Amino acid sequence: MTLPLIIYRSLRQHALSTLITAGSIALACGLLMTVWVVKTQAQAAFISTSTAFDAVLGARGSKLQLVLNGIFHLEASPGNLAASDYELIRKHPAVKTAIPIAVGDNLRGYRIVGTVPQLLTNVEYAPGKNYAVAPGGKVFGEAAREAVVGSFAAERLGLKVGSKFQPFHGLTFDEKALHEEVFTVTGILTPTNTPADKVIWVPIKGVQAMSGHDPKAANDVSAVLIQLRAASAGVMLDLMINKQGNRMTFAYPVGAIMADFFGKISWFDRVLALVAYLVALVAAGSVLASIYNSMSARQRDLAILRALGARRRTIFGAVVAEAACIGALGAAVGFAIYFGLLTLVAGVIRAQTGVVLDVTEGHAVLWICPLAMTALCALGGAVPAVKAYRTPVAETLAPVS
Amino acid sequence: MLSVADLTKSFVSPEGGRAEIVRVGRFELAAGEQRALRGESGSGKTTFLNLIAGILAADGGRVELDGIDLAALPEAKRDRLRADKIGYIFQTFNLLQGYTVLENVLLGMSFGPRGVDRAHAVELLRRVGLEHRLGHFPRQLSTGQQQRVAVARALANRPKLVLADEPTGNLDRTSAREALALIREVCRENGAALLLVSHDDGVLAQFEGLQDFAVINAAARRGPGAVPADGKEGGS
Repeated sequence: MTLPLIIYRSLRQHALSTLITAGSIALACGLLMTVWVVKTQAQAAFISTSTAFDAVLGARGSKLQLVLNGIFHLEASPGNLAASDYELIRKHPAVKTAIPIAVGDNLRGYRIVGTVPQLLTNVEYAPGKNYAVAPGGKVFGEAAREAVVGSFAAERLGLKVGSKFQPFHGLTFDEKALHEEVFTVTGILTPTNTPADKVIWVPIKGVQAMSGHDPKAANDVSAVLIQLRAASAGVMLDLMINKQGNRMTFAYPVGAIMADFFGKISWFDRVLALVAYLVALVAAGSVLASIYNSMSARQRDLAILRALGARRRTIFGAVVAEAACIGALGAAVGFAIYFGLLTLVAGVIRAQTGVVLDVTEGHAVLWICPLAMTALCALGGAVPAVKAYRTPVAETLAPVS
Repeated sequence: MLSVADLTKSFVSPEGGRAEIVRVGRFELAAGEQRALRGESGSGKTTFLNLIAGILAADGGRVELDGIDLAALPEAKRDRLRADKIGYIFQTFNLLQGYTVLENVLLGMSFGPRGVDRAHAVELLRRVGLEHRLGHFPRQLSTGQQQRVAVARALANRPKLVLADEPTGNLDRTSAREALALIREVCRENGAALLLVSHDDGVLAQFEGLQDFAVINAAARRGPGAVPADGKEGGS
């Protein structure tokens, strides 16, 4: 009862500095956990999203750009592929599936992607998971002006089965660039938590033949999403298309390209982590300063406790435990900041990329960070604890007569 | 019960030399006995009590409490012995301002071997007339009430010896008389010996066992002076 009482009363007596210090620790803890979890989950989510296809074939250019455009529906297409190129790869014996896509239009900022119905009926977007149209809808017809809308886009645009819309030209929304064609929504995709959720899917012919598009490119495709029969085929096609050819780019393997991309921007993670570490150190330092500065006011109380029989190590332990409590309190509030920040960041990432982060998923940092922060604060508390340990009882309580 | 022999204590003086404050050849107190020591301010009374309580380490000599020589014990053991056998009433009460009345008394027993006995604490506070003030903080009490809390706290660990350093110094005459009567009565009820130091003749007149501190403290008779070079300074 004694130690908790001493700690509780001391925290109460210095409530303002306790709250301010715990607040800075909460911020540090929340930031650290958010940075770590967002980094880990985003990386995992982006890499797992790219498991549906082994490769992306497109015009000569950057592999990363092809993957971002073809799989994540970000970035512009580096150019078009002729229909003959698509046919060539589709019929290649090493290719199991070849899904063409055509991009170039949007509906109020949400990308319209032309493709074949097989993408939504035959392809697994994740192991064991196929796209599905919500009850009451159906996949668009191959040659009709129909659309299947991703769940996120449908929710944001207020589209339902039977809704009609006119696309806008370009990948960014410009209200003056309205196409005259009218598309009818035939289905809404059930949520997949992938970038497909923010896309409006239409027949590839619908994009190719859109008014205002170059008639000479009416059969071109933006990219081809490829599943291979065997991994060895990828190496062969890489050699054939990338090294021996000079017209097209074969982005293979997709997962490795994304991993490489995250590797290249890992310096940003390190900077964020460094900032978070510094904030944590400053927070621990503030515990030290806060308790240390209040030691003059506390010394009388500590001397009284010593006069009542408290040993030096009890006093030392009480101050260290108090610092640890401030750390633990901050870490607990840090969870609230973490959940708030993570929800915010996850919302932004979902809106921008369609990739969904699971805010409820556990991660080792969620227990390592609070424990480390508490330990760091306890360490910071050791400095004033030494001062408390050395409190001279008789001199503090009364002058020597 | 308490036996002091050849007890010495000196401090570094502001001038840089060493000043001997306490030199007590022999002093004894029987179990349950109540004794008052008369001494002027600066005569070393508080230092003497602090040495007996083990708050200060002696330069030399013996302080035996129930046969245990406090002066020979390391600090941690002195702390434990104090928590177990000694109650201390300070002139300024030294109540913990951030703690309630009950918590102050509970802390008085927290560091001893018997641990916390809430019922005993409440009973002590009832005995000193503060049973209705358990949750109050010291600043919410009158000076007299604070003194009563200090008395209850000093007796909380069921001490064999209660040391009282000018316990009525901050009280008016009436309150002082009442407080002193209470201290003596409660000590008697609890079987604790009482050693009180004061310079107030009104207080001292109430004690049959009255002794002049200057008589037992050779350092006070001689006045502060230099001590041999091998005299060590102790501290708590």
